[in-house]
This record gives sequence, structure tokens and C-alpha cells, in this order.
Amino acid sequence: MIKAKNIYKSFNEKTVLDDISASFEPGKTNLIIGASGSGKTVLLKTLVGLHDADAGEIWYNDVLFSRLPFKEKKVMRQNIGMLFQGGALFDFATVEENVMFPLTMFTNKSYEEKRERVNFCLKRVDIIGAEKHYPSELSGGMQKRVGIARAIALNPSYLFCDEPNSGLDPNTAILIDNLIREITQEYNITTIVNTHDMNSVMEIGDKVIYIYQGKKWWEGSSADILQANSLELNNFIFASNMTKMLKKLSAK
Amino acid sequence: MHSFFELFGRYFLLMRKVFTRPDRISVFWRQLILETEKLGLSSIAIVAIISVFIGGVIALQSSFNIVSPLIPKMYVGYMTRETMVLEFSSTMIALILAGKIGSNIASEIGSMRITEQIDAMEMMGVNSANYLILPKIIAATVFNPLLMLLSFIVGLAGGWLIVAATGVITISQYVDGLQMEFNNFYITYSMIKMAVFSFIITSVSAFFGYYAFGGSLHVGRSSTRAIVSCCVAILIFNLILTQLLL
Repeated sequence: MIKAKNIYKSFNEKTVLDDISASFEPGKTNLIIGASGSGKTVLLKTLVGLHDADAGEIWYNDVLFSRLPFKEKKVMRQNIGMLFQGGALFDFATVEENVMFPLTMFTNKSYEEKRERVNFCLKRVDIIGAEKHYPSELSGGMQKRVGIARAIALNPSYLFCDEPNSGLDPNTAILIDNLIREITQEYNITTIVNTHDMNSVMEIGDKVIYIYQGKKWWEGSSADILQANSLELNNFIFASNMTKMLKKLSAK
Repeated sequence: MHSFFELFGRYFLLMRKVFTRPDRISVFWRQLILETEKLGLSSIAIVAIISVFIGGVIALQSSFNIVSPLIPKMYVGYMTRETMVLEFSSTMIALILAGKIGSNIASEIGSMRITEQIDAMEMMGVNSANYLILPKIIAATVFNPLLMLLSFIVGLAGGWLIVAATGVITISQYVDGLQMEFNNFYITYSMIKMAVFSFIITSVSAFFGYYAFGGSLHVGRSSTRAIVSCCVAILIFNLILTQLLL
């Protein structure tokens, strides 16, 4: 369980996060949605400690993560996996080395044990036969899947995904979404996904938080979202003609 | 002025993060070997080529400028040796390396920053500054003084080749000049300078790369700023070290 309490964050006197409070439960796919520039990524990076909040508290179960000393935070992070928007795979390493990286840095496993774990993770995300390839030789979807494999290599209790299906075709995007949901349920992970893709919201959103101009504007499930009364949220969800048409059809 | 001190402060804070115990000693050694190959061994050819030509040119120019019959011709060898050991093999080679390895380091780390690879390392709990920068600093600071020695020897050989090929003076005159009033400490002085310059090149370039932001354009700018800053710092420290050591 992750809890954020009254989070504020500013950059150069521009307020990006304004009094955000939310809780994210394990075994569920928690989605943070909002338009580009609404503060989603800053919120995600603040939750994982890549940005320090100006005020507020972040709790990981009973641990006040936001006040942990650097060394303890470092240890805590070994229990957190993160998939970055662009994959953030290491250019200098092959697929196998990328997934093996956290195992090499933080476990005392033998090379064979590490390889076994790497193969398991890669198989879990459906990457077979690309172990010796470099990230630049992979498609966007494959890079994302390798990113997920690397994120789960240490069996984390928390998984963060920053726009996991941006730049992907609809089919691959659905595959990635499903993979995230399956992994979340399979390992009972607390997963937080940043997205502005409505397909993801409807497919995997157990809990959805809508961020508007740095504020938490709405909270609910993907089932509730179509009936939400918020004008700002409706403008965001039904931005395209197709979604407007679907709304009219569903109203009939 | 404020931003200058801010820059300095950030540099020292980064260095504090760099000079900590590596997360994994075995990984650190592996990285150190890789960086020695990348930053040091790969520079041998360029250092040798430049040094052999410059050694030859110094020998030729010296011989052309010694027109007085009162000055012995063996001074050609002496001047070649002194120029190479005191300035060229340390300062000039360091300025060349600032362009070669400085831009390499700044752009490599800068690209990793803007593609969130550094964030990914931090997320895993890895001290990214220590992992990425410390092996580079140690590899260059330890290995580059050997490049200085190589440059010195190859430069003298370049002078010898030119003397032999053109016959401006005899080879024995050149060799006598090389052996004349040789001060061993000049080698130590030059190696110390090279070690300090290498530390500057790697740490300053890494600093500009590590704090790069934006897109590829900004990485390019960071790389340029890194090289300019390294060159200025090398020239300033050249003065300071010369005053302190000689």
C-alpha cells in the first residue's frame, strides 16, 4: 500500500503538484491520468523519490518513505520497479545484461542463477531470442517489455509505469497493458501507471485518479469514469469525436 | 557571479557523491578496465601520431633558428627534449584529450540523463554518479600520465627521425643534446600535471553531462561547455602547478 498525503511540488515558483493525497492498494492497477503537462510524471517521480516533495508525506506501508535518509531510501528502492516512458534501457548493455543489472548490483547470486532469473523474466514478458540484442536493435514494444522484465527482476513489491504504451500501436499497447495487469495480480504488487490513454483506463484501471493543473480532480474506478460529472474530466475523456459518439450511443 | 558559485557548489556535491564506496567492488573493477580501454588505450594512436610530428617539427624549427656559430648544434636535441617534457607532452596532450575524451564523456552521460537511464539506475538504488563517473576519473588519472611518457618518448623519436632524414645536424649532436643537463624531476612534474589535468577532464566533463537536460541540442551544448571549461581549467592549473612544483 502506498499513501501520498498533501503533496506539494514546485519548480522555479511554478506549482506543479498542489495538495495531492491518494492511496494505492496492492494487487490493483492504480492509474494516474491527465493531460500532458498536468503533473502526472512529476507525481510519479515524487512518489518514487526521484523528486523530493516540497511538503507532504509518502508512506510505503508503515514506512515514511519521503523522510527516509538517503542510504535507507536506496535500500528501499531495491523493492521498487519502474518502467520509464522511453524504456530507459542501458544503451551500453544487451537485453540480458539490462535485466541482469539489478541482480548483479544487489544479489549474491551466481551467474547461472542470474541467467535463470533473467530467462524467467524475459519469458514472462514474451521476449525470446533477443537476449544478445542491444536496445537500439529492438522495436518500441519490445523495449517496453524488456523494461518490465528489468523492473520485475528483483521481485519488487511496488511497480511504477510512466506512460507504458506511449508511441505504441493499439495492439501492442493492449499487450503491454495486459502484461502489467497480469504481473500486478500474479505477484500482488502495488502498481501505479501514468497514462493519458483511455484504452488503458478502460482495460486495466482498477482505480483511477485524474490530475488537472496539478490538483487531484477526480478519483474512482474505470466503471465510474463514464458517468463522472466533472466537466474537466469529461473534456479529457471525450476529447475525440469517436469517444463523443460512443458517449451519445451509450446514453441512448 | 552567483551562478558561478552555484556551479562550483553543484560540482563539489557531485564529487562527494562520486567518491563513495562502490555498490559492488567487482563491478567497479570491471568498469575500471573498460574505461581504461575506452579513455586511455584508445588514445595511444592519436597521442603517438601528434607527438612524433610535433617532435620532428620542434627539431627542425630549432635547427633553423640556431644560426649563430657560437651556439652548439646539440641544442636542437636539448630544446626538443625540454619543450616536449615541460609543456607539450603534458599540457598540449591534455588539451587534445579534453577534446577527445571530454566530449565523449559529456555526451555519453548527457545522453543517459535525457533518456532517463540515470533515473533508472537511481530508481534501482544504484549510486549512478559513483557507478558512471568514478571508474572514468580513476582510469584517466592513472593511465594518462603513461600517455604523457609515451608522448615524450615518441616526440624525441620524431625529432631523431627528422634529424636522420634531413641531416640538419648529426645524430650524435642530437643525442648529445637529449642527454645534456637532464633533470629527472621534469618527468615527475609532467606526470603530476597530466594526472591533475586528467582528473579535471573527466570530472568536469562528467559534471556537465550529468546535469544535462532537455534534448540532444542541450547535450551538444553541454559537451561544448565541458570542453571549453576543461581547457580553461587546464590552462589555469598549468600556471598554478608550474609555480608550485618548479
